[in-house]
Amino acid sequence: MRELSLHILDIVENGITAGARVITIRVEEASAADRLLISVHDDGRGMPPRKVVDIANPFVTTRTTRRVGLGLSLLAAAARRCEGDIHVKAAPGTGTEVTATFRLSHIDRAPLGDMAATLGTLIMGNPPVDFVYNHRLDGREFTLDTRDLKRELEGVDLSSPAVVSHLMELIRRSLKELVSGGGPTHTKESANGQADD
Amino acid sequence: MAKLTIEDLKRIKEQTTKATALRQGEARVKITVHMGTCGIAAGARPVMNALMEEMAEADRQDIRVVTSGCMGMCSSEPNVTVEVLDTEPIVYQHMDPNRMRQVFRRHVLLGEVQTDFALAKI
Repeated sequence: MRELSLHILDIVENGITAGARVITIRVEEASAADRLLISVHDDGRGMPPRKVVDIANPFVTTRTTRRVGLGLSLLAAAARRCEGDIHVKAAPGTGTEVTATFRLSHIDRAPLGDMAATLGTLIMGNPPVDFVYNHRLDGREFTLDTRDLKRELEGVDLSSPAVVSHLMELIRRSLKELVSGGGPTHTKESANGQADD
Repeated sequence: MAKLTIEDLKRIKEQTTKATALRQGEARVKITVHMGTCGIAAGARPVMNALMEEMAEADRQDIRVVTSGCMGMCSSEPNVTVEVLDTEPIVYQHMDPNRMRQVFRRHVLLGEVQTDFALAKI
């Protein structure tokens, strides 16, 4: 995948397939520690420990449509080639948390990319599911919680295309501000707003 | 900056209340964008975003968009399934934003199946 935001979309879709009602996405960029952390937590059905051990193996999958599962394997490969790794914490009934780490400045690290498009796609395609997005960058942060939005926008269908378009615009603007707020570090790679694949 | 402001939300609400007020009743068309790993890697997200723009522009209340997982036809991704009430569902293959716009305007709005892009009837 060309952008980490596409990996995020993919991992979140796993959570939705697992019957999650709330999915929490965290992105933490720490320049001082030269570390990027991405975590996706869902409150879906989880999985047995025996499955977790070998989860990044492409031949381990719960699916029935094909015999290989690539989502986590691809994320693990992306993290490992940037001196990072993935960690999966799961138990039946308590949901699943996938955490991926990267060396922030690693030459092979894909850009985060268009997070607004990922969130817009998720909100529009999954009306019953709630999403929390928390993005921290060197002490500053941006948070979006669709439960808050639904409360504030009472009576408005959050998944309708017009609303999602507005939301995506706001997310793009906010993330741009987040990135530009702290000087030139990493501005170039994570500031791409409109570009999509 | 830490959160979307109340003003932002109010503005969204004002701009969209009208558009979404009528959003009820049965859907006449269901559009499924397949979002497995294969679909996402092949470009399903830009397809979804193009569809969103078309939907916002058409402002039709009887069309539903959903995402789903892989259908097992990974080599033809991105796949999009269009189900118009009382007709056979059509699976489109190798979609991109432009093909999505054409399928939306022709098939979804006018009922003309775009056989050039179709993979199969279900």
